[in-house]
Amino acid sequence: MISIDKVSKWYGDFQVLTDCTTQVQKGEVVVVCGPSGSGKSTLIKCINALEPFQKGDIAVDGVSLANPKTDLPKLRARVGMVFQHFELFPHLSIIDNLTIAPVKVLGRDKTEAVAKGHQLLERVGLKDHASKHPGQLSGGQQQRVAIARALAMDPIVMLFDEPTSALDPEMVNEVLDVMVQLAQEGMTMMCVTHEMGFARKVASRVIFMDQGKIIEDCAKESFFGDTTARSERAQQFLAKILQH
Amino acid sequence: MDFSPIPNELPAMWEGMQLTLKMTVLGVLGGVLFGTLLALLRLSHNRLLAGIATGYVNIFRSIPLLLVIIWFYLAVPFVLRWITGADTPVGAFASCLTAFIMFEAAFFCEIVRAGIQSIPRGQVSAAQALGMSYGQSMRLVILPQAFRKMTPLLLQQSIILFQDTSLVYSVGLMDFLNTARSRGDNIGQPHEFLIFAGLVYFLISFAASRLVKHLQKRLAV
Ligand SMILES: Nc1ncnc2c1ncn2[C@@H]1O[C@H](COP(=O)(O)OP(=O)(O)OP(=O)(O)O)[C@@H](O)[C@H]1O
Ligand SMILES: [Mg+2]
Repeated sequence: MISIDKVSKWYGDFQVLTDCTTQVQKGEVVVVCGPSGSGKSTLIKCINALEPFQKGDIAVDGVSLANPKTDLPKLRARVGMVFQHFELFPHLSIIDNLTIAPVKVLGRDKTEAVAKGHQLLERVGLKDHASKHPGQLSGGQQQRVAIARALAMDPIVMLFDEPTSALDPEMVNEVLDVMVQLAQEGMTMMCVTHEMGFARKVASRVIFMDQGKIIEDCAKESFFGDTTARSERAQQFLAKILQH
Repeated sequence: MDFSPIPNELPAMWEGMQLTLKMTVLGVLGGVLFGTLLALLRLSHNRLLAGIATGYVNIFRSIPLLLVIIWFYLAVPFVLRWITGADTPVGAFASCLTAFIMFEAAFFCEIVRAGIQSIPRGQVSAAQALGMSYGQSMRLVILPQAFRKMTPLLLQQSIILFQDTSLVYSVGLMDFLNTARSRGDNIGQPHEFLIFAGLVYFLISFAASRLVKHLQKRLAV
């Protein structure tokens, strides 16, 4: 579904990503973790071309991003993305947040889009909030709306960039529950997160990044099972976050 | 002081006020439209376009409005003749309106640009991630939020334009102030009419500005 091939990226002289290579198969849930500044957000933003990269290639469902002829907005319309800070549109009601892209980008019928929006809100447990504005919802509720907004486009894959790290602890689970349910329904997902409980539950693979490189890329069982086989950096990192 | 002739002259002055208001409203609409376009150019990645817009803003912010009005009054018919090859009569109203739009656009541009820049970058990312083109993300996501934030500033600038429209006296247009002045001269009581005109400008501008302050508070919460 996603194939990342020797991707390198620079900000000026600073190399953020170095030769990153990995694949995500259809139906897989891949968790990406690593210390702050290691390039996780950058890598995931490269996948839907929100960030350009200078070397290598990424193909999403066979469509190459390095190819200058690729219609990037069209590709992004098929890839769902959930951000750390939700990024709901504050000037629109919740239901309008869910329908604006399906109607304006995909050209769907407004009434159908609204019906589907309500369905999705019900699915994330927020059906009574359709006419509110984002500012009236808690962080956890906003993030669930953001997930529903991405799902409204019927994406072929969902990308998450630390979806729970801006939330108060008591709201983390309501968002993770939605994500777990999504994973169990077979959605292809790539998630930057430090929620190792989530990784343990639904991940197929775990990727560990450090200083712009993919250091570990292995099945969940071996990542959490035999930690002595992991690199030193990964062991240190795991020791730190698993303490919590 | 004798203010008694003023009521008789109110209908004429209302005519003038209509011209003033029409000029203000059309000037603001045109200025905001053109100013938004300039702001988008200034923020574009195309260096040439951004440079042209920046130059435009700098030029118009550095010359007096009165000069722009007179200059357009003289230049617009000339330019039109040059383009169309025939005498194309344009009234003083049209040339003044053009001058206001061109001049105010430079100021509105800066307000709109600051407004766009005040919207968090994540909003653009979110719009793009949903498949929106640059134009769609501006039109549907960024500009609606930016304009909401800018409304008080835009209105404040509009109040300034309301007062500045009085400069049209320089090309002989009968706006509110010019009408009041000429009526006062005719009757032989210029001071009373000018005081009355000043009072009207003050009341309208002051009331509008209070309204803007009120709006600002409401938008802030
Ligand atoms: N626009 C930018 N210009 C310059 N450097 C940047 C830019 N964005 C990110 N960086 C740098 O690139 C590196 C990787 O950033 P990135 O946001 O991908 O890290 P991350 O792994 O997501 O970290 P975090 O866990 O803090 O979110 C960091 O060192 C960061 O300072
Ligand atoms: Mg990050």
